[in-house]
Amino acid sequence: MNTRKKLTSFEEAVLPHLDAAYNLARWLTRNDADAHDVVQEAYLRAFRFFASFNGIDGRAWLLGIVRNTSYTWIQQNRSPGLSVPLDDEIYEIESNELNPEALLQQTSDGKMVREALEKLPLEFREVLVLRELEEFSYKEIAQITGLPIGTVMSRLARGRKRLQQVLINQKNVEVLS
Amino acid sequence: MSCYTAQELIHGYLDCELDVRETAEIERHIHECKACDSTYQKQLILRSALRDTTLYFKAPEDLKRRIHTSLQIEAKAETAHRPFRWSWALMAASLAVLLLATTLWKFAPAFRASSNDELVAHEVVADHIRSLQMTSHLIDVLSTNEHTVKPWFNGKIDFSPPVRDFAEHDFQLYGGRVGYLNNRTVATLVYQRRSHFINLYIWPVESSNNVKESSMQLQGYNLIQWTSSGMMYWAVSDLNSVELQEFTRYVQQ
Repeated sequence: MNTRKKLTSFEEAVLPHLDAAYNLARWLTRNDADAHDVVQEAYLRAFRFFASFNGIDGRAWLLGIVRNTSYTWIQQNRSPGLSVPLDDEIYEIESNELNPEALLQQTSDGKMVREALEKLPLEFREVLVLRELEEFSYKEIAQITGLPIGTVMSRLARGRKRLQQVLINQKNVEVLS
Repeated sequence: MSCYTAQELIHGYLDCELDVRETAEIERHIHECKACDSTYQKQLILRSALRDTTLYFKAPEDLKRRIHTSLQIEAKAETAHRPFRWSWALMAASLAVLLLATTLWKFAPAFRASSNDELVAHEVVADHIRSLQMTSHLIDVLSTNEHTVKPWFNGKIDFSPPVRDFAEHDFQLYGGRVGYLNNRTVATLVYQRRSHFINLYIWPVESSNNVKESSMQLQGYNLIQWTSSGMMYWAVSDLNSVELQEFTRYVQQ
């Protein structure tokens, strides 16, 4: 394949997924400028490895590269606060204390949901974004992240529980202040 | 089905990832167990909250343009490196040679004559990393003004390095320092693009021949080296190779 042809078919297959690439990179790095760099680097990598693309699902293929590029970036630029686990005491609150109606009220504020998701550890944030925002199947998520399908389901289960707890916690903080 | 199992399977059910038998079982369980039904209801609420479109980050407009440009530069570079069309036979032959070379490299370290460039490249990367580990080590003179940085080198080194700021091209002069590389004192200029630092090492060389640039990658850093008007230049950064090349283009102008 000559280079011009390669560039054209690459741009046709992969450029339409720019929003998905940026969305994932932005959620993983939690920063506009970093997401910008990661996506640009990921597209260059994808172009170099375009031969390895099977031609079927460009979005999943690209997001696998974006994910790896983000991880490399995060490892190189790890700031101390990046992967600090949430306080365990947060989880002492029984999730059953919260009835569905109360949760409905809390999630009505989009800003609070966004902040709660941003607070989740990377491994949970990643599967939640891929499942809920990109609507990938477990199999596709497994392909993108390199995790076994069973792990995808248990991470989602734990991630959603944690998200709920963070939302409860935010609510409590608000009441206190 | 126990509640313990149900608590995880609820998520598979929510995501339509269960088989027929599991689906029937979880539906029956949710119907009978109030606690698990409440969990399921809450997950439905959480889901619709997460599918709120305001959570989705759309790519900024200029990103598409930048990617398009950098891809075109990359494609051009690929064409330039391939002046003629490789036939399969030639490709196979070169692969064989490469394999042989790699084997020799691996198993006959005695034959491995590290060129001086390679040694310098390692020194350059090591110095680059060191300079970033301690911010106090990154620069001795902090200034974005070339007329401050250039005279600062007077008396500290035995040559006068060309100092220019490329802020208008988004490569901001950040400062300078004196370093020791390749068994001599060298001038180091520090530039910044976004959150990336570029260290540009400069020292005089004997030959006044201009040597075309060569680039390499070491430990994930990009390096570009060239000689011009009796000076040796090494640029190193974690910036991607396309943008680092853009930078060297401005320095060479």
